[in-house]
Amino acid sequence: MTAPLLEVRDLVVRYPARGRRTPPVLAVDRISFTVDAGETLALVGESGSGKSSTAAAVLMLRKPEGGSVRFGGRELTTVEEPGLRTLRRGFQPVFQDPYGALSPRTTVFDAVAEPLRVQGRWDPATGPARVAELLDLVHLDRSVARRLPHELSGGQCQRVGIARALASEPRLLVLDEPVSALDPSMRAGVVNLFTELQDELGLAQLFICHDLTLVRHVAHRVAVLHRGRIVESGPARQVCDAPTHDYTRELLSSVPDPDRLTVKDGHGWRHASSRCELA
Amino acid sequence: MSTEALLEVRGLRITATRPHEVDLVRDVSFEVAAGEMLAVVGESGAGKSITARAVLGLLPAGMRVSGSVRFDGEELVGASDAVYRKLWGHRMAFVPQDALSVLSPVHTVGDQLALAVRSVRGVGRKAALERAVAALDRVGIPDAARRARAYPHEFSGGMRQRAVIAMATVNDPDLVVADEPTTALDPTVQARILDLLDTLRERAGMAVVLVTHDLAVAAVHADRVLVMYAGRHVESGPVHRVLRNPRAPYTAGLLASLPPRHAESRYLPAMPGAPVTTGSPPAGCAFALRCPAATDHCTRHEPEPAEWQDGHWASCHRLAELPRRTTDLFAGSTA
Repeated sequence: MTAPLLEVRDLVVRYPARGRRTPPVLAVDRISFTVDAGETLALVGESGSGKSSTAAAVLMLRKPEGGSVRFGGRELTTVEEPGLRTLRRGFQPVFQDPYGALSPRTTVFDAVAEPLRVQGRWDPATGPARVAELLDLVHLDRSVARRLPHELSGGQCQRVGIARALASEPRLLVLDEPVSALDPSMRAGVVNLFTELQDELGLAQLFICHDLTLVRHVAHRVAVLHRGRIVESGPARQVCDAPTHDYTRELLSSVPDPDRLTVKDGHGWRHASSRCELA
Repeated sequence: MSTEALLEVRGLRITATRPHEVDLVRDVSFEVAAGEMLAVVGESGAGKSITARAVLGLLPAGMRVSGSVRFDGEELVGASDAVYRKLWGHRMAFVPQDALSVLSPVHTVGDQLALAVRSVRGVGRKAALERAVAALDRVGIPDAARRARAYPHEFSGGMRQRAVIAMATVNDPDLVVADEPTTALDPTVQARILDLLDTLRERAGMAVVLVTHDLAVAAVHADRVLVMYAGRHVESGPVHRVLRNPRAPYTAGLLASLPPRHAESRYLPAMPGAPVTTGSPPAGCAFALRCPAATDHCTRHEPEPAEWQDGHWASCHRLAELPRRTTDLFAGSTA
């Protein structure tokens, strides 16, 4: 059996005390998980559950206090810059705020070309074609290349961010709430893009999300985080369809379910009606 | 139209006058009865927030409102600030998305609520504070008397939003307009806040206009729904009619792209394109470019709202010709 692409063991992330009034915060408390090539693992939880701290630690944007993060067999926690810079090509982030992730004065072309330039892989002869290819991959029209972020919709910006991540030819995408800031009519399209990229490129994905109903579709496995610990994990459909932990149940029931449309009747009380036949 | 509507909006038009005249909202009509919740659903740029603000007379300078906004029989379009001042906080109240934008950081939560009480009621300091504490208690803030002495930064995000709802409802208003009150909150907190609004209106007969981008929230909490796109009416009516049997393709697409709870495919039905924002709508139907059912006619002529059945209105040229299950329009579309 081959080793997993990403292997996290006993990860601890602690934020130091700020002055006397704010005590240190143990954001991630000894969590362990793995992600295989071509697989999507969803980390689910609310704000403060430690999911974004986990992402930051996996991306080596914040040195974990303890534990190990192995990527492709290499231990990351002991590597210093500039060695990390070359390793980071293998695991690339996509963040929540599609506009915030792009410089307002950089064209789409330059934003997507930047990783290639920084990594010394830019060839003036083939570079523009590579950028066009990356835009194709995320289903953006090539004419978008000349535009600035404010001329794009949130969904288009997020696709630029994904193209930029793909420029490094990563094996793992770390997706931190990648669709929660998008308009509802564009979420499904971006979610489908992640699935499609995985099917085509065999990418592994660490998908951070608070919406369990979405996770059921995009992820193979789910780990539910609560107060820095994994309280439940397993195959996505099993966890979402038959949660065993109370916290998972609460998370699931807090997503309004139009399938169970409750309708006020003439007497002013509510009852669950039959299943929505269209949902 | 029903005579008992507390709020009746007819042919609302909001025009930005600077730098040049642009209609941000055009010909939007709705009504809300006492104890009812109307969800105004739309994406960014749909004009839902300025519609809500126009109702309350809270639009920024440089916007002109025409049409009719009648609150309890009184026409508010063109009304002076003096008219509004008698209503604000007393009979109609606003809950914004960002609680910190309405809470003062340098006064305790209790003092701010007490001030809200004293601004509309001639009661003493102590009585006002008592009422403030009762309001905090009513919205589920534990140990309200003690928490009233805390400052907003000492509250969590969910607590702050509760405090703002307590402030909006402290004088038992007839109408609360809430603009995405839970968007910035965690789902479990969101569910509790929406349940709280339900309880308040069931107990006190308060009417609520809830602005949201989340159709699922509207499905579960609202009595009636108004779907907007690019500043225009798309579909409206009783929530169980509109969401079980959407007639406008845009509503159907929004519903179809919600992650289904029990489907097998890893791909979700998706709408192509991006929302058209208000102020720059194309000629014809604003949704035509993204609509699988659109014809040439749709791209040239703007549809008018037409009644499908019993108060269920849709703005679509092809209303009568669409398939029975309009969500099927998006079944094969994944990008």
